[in-house]
Amino acid sequence: MVLDTIQEVHDSLNVAAEKGEDTSWILHHILDSKEIFGLFTLPEIHLFGIDLTITNHVVFMWLAMIILGIIFSKVSRSYKKSLVPKGLTNLMEIFIIFVRDDIVKPTIGKGYEKFLPYLLTVFFFILTCNFLGLIPGGATATSNISVTATLATISFVVIQAGGIMKNGFFGYFKGLMPHGLPTWLLPIMFVVEVLGLFTKPFALAIRLFANMSAGHIVILALLGLIFILKTYFVIPVSIGFALFIYLLEILVALIQAYIFTMLSSLFIGMAVHQDH
Amino acid sequence: MPAFLNIAFFALLSGGEKGGLLDVNPGLIIWTVVTFIILLFILKKMAWKPILGSLNERENFIKDSLEKAEKAQQEALKLLEENKTNLAKAEEESQKIIAQGRDYAEKLKSQIIEESKIQGKKMVEAASSEIERKNREAFERLKDQIADIAVNAAEKIIRESLDKEKQKSIVDKFIDQLPKN
Repeated sequence: MVLDTIQEVHDSLNVAAEKGEDTSWILHHILDSKEIFGLFTLPEIHLFGIDLTITNHVVFMWLAMIILGIIFSKVSRSYKKSLVPKGLTNLMEIFIIFVRDDIVKPTIGKGYEKFLPYLLTVFFFILTCNFLGLIPGGATATSNISVTATLATISFVVIQAGGIMKNGFFGYFKGLMPHGLPTWLLPIMFVVEVLGLFTKPFALAIRLFANMSAGHIVILALLGLIFILKTYFVIPVSIGFALFIYLLEILVALIQAYIFTMLSSLFIGMAVHQDH
Repeated sequence: MPAFLNIAFFALLSGGEKGGLLDVNPGLIIWTVVTFIILLFILKKMAWKPILGSLNERENFIKDSLEKAEKAQQEALKLLEENKTNLAKAEEESQKIIAQGRDYAEKLKSQIIEESKIQGKKMVEAASSEIERKNREAFERLKDQIADIAVNAAEKIIRESLDKEKQKSIVDKFIDQLPKN
């Protein structure tokens, strides 16, 4: 059924392609590129046989880093003046307290302070990257599988490190197994549980990547309809739907940052307190 | 199937000349790691430590303040209660004092009146006795004078016929026979 559908899509797209309908412009906007703002090309850098070119997405990650640096240096300075928050500090405090009290504290519980800096950074970094992608001319670094996979890998490292530091190396792996299991099941369960460790960050990576690219692709496809169908009647429909998806993306940007942080925090909590 | 979904699928599956959506770029991975670690360290040092510290400090401050306020309120209530009882006691005392004063004043008043009455009576009595005494004296003197005058007159009138001794005894007898007043 699914295969049939895909085949159908392929066929129709092939027909469209033969007619000269090229859709690679969508990918051009989604994918990483060496152009920035479509204005100038960044220089290529090759080191030790790896392409270390500073691409569009790298630039936007740095932009996120700079924005976060400026915002939080301001916020932390304002706390030195007085303990009463206002303006920007107030807004940021809402997010910080949300992450601390509604995400990290309930999921990790005792000893959550150690993981708080990491989770706060992840939250604000993903949030900023998501929003930067919504700015016209911007690029979404979090819609790149390399970026999300890397973030998920860092989460994976933090989760395992947290679990091993709390329970000891062997204690941690012993704790992975459920209690009261028949002995002959142990090898199988061990493999399953270890696989489970890897599927968690994998899901994190795919979820963030797919959510952040899907919205952009849908918006671009909706706008592309205008040029493919070549009629003016489709313009209001396309613009309307694209606007709707855009607003939805603002929500998604917030939700995905929340979910990534939430799940990372949850997995850390599971690794640290294995008895639950 | 809507056309835009076709395009989306196509974009996802085939890709352009630069590769598909699922292509992994090792350079980007390295840059992501570097960026994220730097960001983590910068924010940890510059932002999270002071901000979370201040948040904790403020939360403790608010908690302490609330506790203090509660304590102060309880103390104030206690004081108020104490004040009320003290006030009531004072009122009672003052009432007692006033009542005592009034009683004393009343007693004093009646005593003074009594005394003054007695004194007045005494004075009146003294005065009346004095008057009586004076009266009697005056009467006595008058009696003597009358006797003398009468004797003198009688002496003058009847000098020749009667001697003095006889006459006097007669007049005395006559005066004695007069009523006392």
